[in-house]
Amino acid sequence: MAGIAVSTTINGDQAEFLCHPDETLLEVLRERLGLMGVKEGCGTGDCGACSIILDDRLVCSCLVLGAEAEGRRIATVEGMAQGDKLHPLQQKFLEHAALQCGICTPGFLIAAKDLLAKNPDPTEEEIRFGLAGNLCRCTGYDKIVRAVQDAASVMRGA
Amino acid sequence: MKRFTYTRAETVADAVAILADRPQAQFLAGGTNLVDLMKYDVERPDAIIDINSLPLKEIEELPDGGLRIGALASNSAVAYNAQIQARFPLLASAILAGASPQLRNAATTGGNLLQRTRCSYFYDPSTPCNKREPGSGCAAIGGLTRMHAILGASDKCIAVHPSDMCVALAALDATVEVVGPDSARDIAFGDFHRLPGDEPQRDNTLARDELVTGIRLEANRFAGHHTYLKLRDRLSYAFALVSVAAAMEIADGRIVDLRIALGGVAHRPWRDPLVEAEYAGAPAEDVTFQRVADRLLFEAKGLGGNDFKILLARKAIVRALRQAASGRPQSQTLKAIQ
Ligand SMILES: Cc1cc2nc3c(=O)[nH]c(=O)nc-3n(C[C@H](O)[C@H](O)[C@H](O)COP(=O)(O)OP(=O)(O)OC[C@H]3O[C@@H](n4cnc5c(N)ncnc54)[C@H](O)[C@@H]3O)c2cc1C
Ligand code: SF4
Ligand code: FES
Ligand code: FES
Repeated sequence: MAGIAVSTTINGDQAEFLCHPDETLLEVLRERLGLMGVKEGCGTGDCGACSIILDDRLVCSCLVLGAEAEGRRIATVEGMAQGDKLHPLQQKFLEHAALQCGICTPGFLIAAKDLLAKNPDPTEEEIRFGLAGNLCRCTGYDKIVRAVQDAASVMRGA
Repeated sequence: MKRFTYTRAETVADAVAILADRPQAQFLAGGTNLVDLMKYDVERPDAIIDINSLPLKEIEELPDGGLRIGALASNSAVAYNAQIQARFPLLASAILAGASPQLRNAATTGGNLLQRTRCSYFYDPSTPCNKREPGSGCAAIGGLTRMHAILGASDKCIAVHPSDMCVALAALDATVEVVGPDSARDIAFGDFHRLPGDEPQRDNTLARDELVTGIRLEANRFAGHHTYLKLRDRLSYAFALVSVAAAMEIADGRIVDLRIALGGVAHRPWRDPLVEAEYAGAPAEDVTFQRVADRLLFEAKGLGGNDFKILLARKAIVRALRQAASGRPQSQTLKAIQ
């Protein structure tokens, strides 16, 4: 079977790949394009470790087919830092020790980035509601919430 | 996953024609249910027809004051739409009670209607399941029944429909618009999902060759008195054990018009318009709400593991009717039950 040719934009750069119909976008990003920041926790939409922003929507890449990415824009955790300079969310996750094993972290960072783009000054309740699709089995959520609040205030210039 | 071909449909006619040609094909919308079930080998299409390019994403006002929601409008787009929040807040609330931001962003209106049960035996191809494999038996009967039906079950299947959105659409008397190879038709929401009976493999009355194109909502006067109350094993990101969509119109302390639908209790959103009609004119107070609950649950039957749902449903109905009557709907972000 010939591969499906897909052309997309990933973290601002043009990207083209070939894939099988049954490959998920998560598999394509990790295995064909080497973007290992996108994690597979469950493969069934439950954990959010595979979160990406597709056009302007935060989604689980484990439930999207690679072929569906044709003509779309993708943002992953790899696009967050500018060279050596961490994104404020990444910086605050480090400062607040909001990670332990780290497998959930890229998903949380991308989900938090999407949340703050839509709501730059969220309440704690709104952060918890906005990050409900991301599960963390080691750190617990309090430090993550605090890191997001702190990053939000840096990003607002407050 | 079984191997399949991938085709993108560009028009509604195109999508329906491709489906008519391929008896094992399935439409792909948000993929949040279909791709999941394909990974478990529960759904085994030989062809995927991606319908995401079809022009069915609009939410538009109708001349008669109603609203039409395209089948591809995402659950998030519907829940955060200003018209829906102002005029059909029950629908927005029910959607926000379900899943997660990621899933609501991907999930579509049509896909939500057609999502399959979360019965864990249905998900496990090593167990008998009449819904997955007609005639093979039902592993849930005599198995773990915590998540299963207390109303309308059959001796072939005791699964429940998992949607939150559909419970609100049932209460709001929505209309489902569908298109087949030769014609289009409307299906009243109450006729869309079915009870399992002898054919649990059929979740609904959509024909095999039809596409859902949208949902219509009629104008109503429920925006001031409504609630969606969802009870589950944890406060977020879990399917309902029992949920209640309630809406009413009240004048001088009396119910003028009542709507109530239950989720998590049956193979389809559970509603009884005769009971609703009977309580028009009754005082909007606890005694009425308890009677409504008793009437709706009169035929409820537990199977052991889900016996608790009968009392839970009774209390949830009374609580939801109280929330609706007082004009204080359940908050979906601050999760404490009000
Ligand atoms: C982890 C998780 C948690 C969830 N929690 C909840 C919850 O709490 N509450 C809740 O209500 N839901 C929940 N869901 C379910 C979610 O709402 C559904 O998966 C979603 O609504 C399905 O929509 P979709 O567009 O992704 O459908 P798809 O997966 O694309 O399609 C589902 C089915 O519908 C068919 N289909 C799709 N569109 C059409 C159309 N227009 N015409 C004809 N056929 C069509 C497809 O062929 C397929 O058979 C959860 C899902 C997951 C994965
Ligand atoms: S309850 Fe229905 S879906 Fe579950 S195993 Fe029995 S037949 Fe299958
Ligand atoms: S890997 Fe996609 S949600 Fe867990
Ligand atoms: S840090 Fe390990 S799962 Fe979150």
